[in-house]
Amino acid sequence: MASLGGALLALAFATALGAAALALAGRHGDRRRIDLSRRAVYAFCALLTACIAIIEIAFAGDDFGFRIVREHSSIDTPSFYKLAAMWSSQEGSLLLWAWVLSIAASISLWATRNKLRELVPYATAVMMGIAAFFTGLMLFAPDVQPFTTLSPVPPDGTGLNPLLQHPSMMIHPPMLYSGYVAFTVPFAFAIGALITRRVDAEWIRATRRFALVAWTFLGFGLLLGARWSYTELGWGGYWAWDPVENAALMPWLLGTAFLHSIMVQEKRGMLKVWNACLVVGTFSMALLGTFLVRSGVLQSIHAFGDNTVGPYILGLIGVVLIGSTALIVSRLDDLRSPKRIDSLASRESIFLVNNLLLVGLTAVIFWGTFFPLISELFTGEKASLAAPWFDDYTTPLAILLVLFTGIGPLLSWRRVSWDSAKRVFRLPLAVAAVTATALVLGTAAEDSLWALALFAFAAFALTGLAQEFWTGASARRRLSGESMPEATVGLVTRNRRRYGGYIVHAGIAVLLVGVAASSSFQTNEDVDLRPGEKVVVDGRTITYEKPTVAIDDEKITLGAVLRVEEDGEVVGRLRPSQAFFRPSGQETGLISTYFAGEATSEVGLRAGLGADLWTAERPNVAALQRRARLADKGFEACVKGEPGTPEQCKALGALMRAAAANPALRDGALEQVTKLQGLAAENVAESYLTDTAPATFKIIVNPLVTWMWIGGLIALAGALIAIWPTRGRRRGALVRTEADARKEAKYREIRDAELDHAVGKLSDEDFAAVDAELRREALEILDRENGNGNGKVNGNGGGADGATREPEKIERS
Amino acid sequence: MDPQRKRKIRLVTALSVAVLLAVALIYTSFSASTEAKEPSQLLAASPGTSYEMTGRVVKGSIRHVGNGIAFRVVDRDGGGRSLPVTYQGTVPDPFRGGREIVLTGSVENGTFVGEPETLITKCPSKFTTKSDG
Repeated sequence: MASLGGALLALAFATALGAAALALAGRHGDRRRIDLSRRAVYAFCALLTACIAIIEIAFAGDDFGFRIVREHSSIDTPSFYKLAAMWSSQEGSLLLWAWVLSIAASISLWATRNKLRELVPYATAVMMGIAAFFTGLMLFAPDVQPFTTLSPVPPDGTGLNPLLQHPSMMIHPPMLYSGYVAFTVPFAFAIGALITRRVDAEWIRATRRFALVAWTFLGFGLLLGARWSYTELGWGGYWAWDPVENAALMPWLLGTAFLHSIMVQEKRGMLKVWNACLVVGTFSMALLGTFLVRSGVLQSIHAFGDNTVGPYILGLIGVVLIGSTALIVSRLDDLRSPKRIDSLASRESIFLVNNLLLVGLTAVIFWGTFFPLISELFTGEKASLAAPWFDDYTTPLAILLVLFTGIGPLLSWRRVSWDSAKRVFRLPLAVAAVTATALVLGTAAEDSLWALALFAFAAFALTGLAQEFWTGASARRRLSGESMPEATVGLVTRNRRRYGGYIVHAGIAVLLVGVAASSSFQTNEDVDLRPGEKVVVDGRTITYEKPTVAIDDEKITLGAVLRVEEDGEVVGRLRPSQAFFRPSGQETGLISTYFAGEATSEVGLRAGLGADLWTAERPNVAALQRRARLADKGFEACVKGEPGTPEQCKALGALMRAAAANPALRDGALEQVTKLQGLAAENVAESYLTDTAPATFKIIVNPLVTWMWIGGLIALAGALIAIWPTRGRRRGALVRTEADARKEAKYREIRDAELDHAVGKLSDEDFAAVDAELRREALEILDRENGNGNGKVNGNGGGADGATREPEKIERS
Repeated sequence: MDPQRKRKIRLVTALSVAVLLAVALIYTSFSASTEAKEPSQLLAASPGTSYEMTGRVVKGSIRHVGNGIAFRVVDRDGGGRSLPVTYQGTVPDPFRGGREIVLTGSVENGTFVGEPETLITKCPSKFTTKSDG
């Protein structure tokens, strides 16, 4: 099977190169070659799928002849985790990278099979070039070949680190990878657009959804990682400004900027250079994340073995950056836009500010992450920056972002008059002021002015967003006569991008409230408690009732029962524990081996909407370890039949000697020994229950932290709404040609302006001006089309997406 | 004011703000950073200065002292003389003998005293190419 896998991988490599070559050969409109290259991409995807299947079958069947299985799984690894073990390996994660890319490339080429004919060949070549790079790594770089075999076949594997045996570790890495990889699609199409000088919004329309999917995957991956850290690491935090975390956050931030600024290009034809730079930056950051995890150049918790692929990936980043920059510079004349932003009080100018903030945030994080290298370059000394430095810069930027999360949706495109601004800002501002006042009077929020500002801005943003939904649904109800809930659902389903986006905004605001509250007002204590002792943390009395212990062949789990009292009433019991694993492959034998392997914490968590009570235990194992060693020694003495050992020992010793002489008795003797050792281990474990040595507890009261997870899920839901295809598209009313797409986009803009007018965001006067402009632009498009001889235009090109009504047909009278 | 000029003023203002922020960023990062050292470089370090120490915990050297722990570290490649370390507070799960750690603290009387909450232990298994058990 391994040799078949190797052959399939080699074939995949050749197919990727072939697809790229065919695409380039057909770049001047040779349909046959382009179709063939697209099919080669599908074949590439199928080949990699087969490779993954072979490896997963090997994992499932404990085929330790595969080196990857031997080093990342074992017979005892739960089967659920056997399937996930693939991507805990270097070679497996590279294979996952290439596989996700093959899927993304296939879908994007399928979706554009009848569109963008000039541009697609180049996009294909870029995607397949990158795919060939990663496939080639797995074929030619040492140490990362997934189909390396071992001979003779080992009986068992080294197993998967128990720390990684957590449900979110199943999905966290594939999520992040899908996020990184899916950004390849917008990047590839952008390169195609630049090469062919087709730099209007077509490539954006074709790949916008991929960018959104990538952004969603990456964000969800980050959230899962944070959650895992919070519940599994016995550390109590969810973010540590660790280089690898930063590496995933940076492309997400740039991706956020990109998703906003492409709307400006789509609607206004501006910011083309900026968008090209952003998509190159985002993709480079995604590659950089892939590189950082594999290079070991920076100190990180996500530690990495020394390995060989780092320099290659760095080389690829270099090629991407230099090539793209050269390309953008050579196309500057095509990218220049004659239009200017009309007014500072418009949605596009808010997008510009939001972009600057996001890019600034990324720059700060980049600088901090790479500071050890920068400092070594300038001072010769490696020096690093800790979390407080990151907090100092990111806090104000994040707070401003929340503010703009609220302002953006309240403004319309192009321009907003003072009167309409006053109307839409009145309520959110009032709520923000009331919130701030109430917090200052009623709580200790003024202890952290940053947090107070964030709470006020979040109140502003959330009210503004709620107002958007309310006025939009009201306007719809006035026209359709639906009930309010129906009108809201109708509003959202007919304007998925807009209202999905608003829901994401609300989710992010809620998430940051959770972050601000839990980081500014956290109570964090390390205490040593003996059984029966208590401690008061932030008004909660926590009593260490009793120790607990559980033992099996694999691990010994030492825990505690903690009684939690609030206002004199028992509100619950928490059971934090720490499990000590025997090193893999030593499931029997000496009792002291229990303390020779990994340890993992199980957190005792009492989650609440107000605050989480988070507890972790570090049991004191010194006495237990001593007793384990004594028991081991006693057992050895017993088997040797040393004087002073009990009578049964003599019988066991005799049995052992007999077994040494007669292999037929060996199994029986071993069973006897294992049984006795098991009993001894249980005895030793039980002695922990009467141990009076104090255990160390970490107790954290984390206010509002639950809202972080809730906010994350709200944002995820919003993103899914925005990604979901609109009804018209699903019915098959596919936007066929580029001219149709342009028209469709213009109609959408007109509908947006009408909606803004209906909900009062645009005053009558503003609306009249904007509407006239839009209609003039629409007519220009129609004129150009008619001039091209494409026949008569008959109204709406796409599905009926309007919140209120379809725009009037625009025809040259 | 004519729009061309207005735009120029805006651009200059934005650029100056960006430059100012960048200077602040660079300045604070150099003053807020802690030097990274290996244990053998810290044996003769001056007391009071804060360092970020990266080293490997000597197997079998971990002892509980009061409500903290004491252990010894050597350079990551395993060479050099070992440096005694004390640390108060809870240690991360993967912490044990033979692991690489990163710890911020300062040297007092020949002992590296770690600051609470700064102990990072590297995850052992992810992406290691050779198994070290």
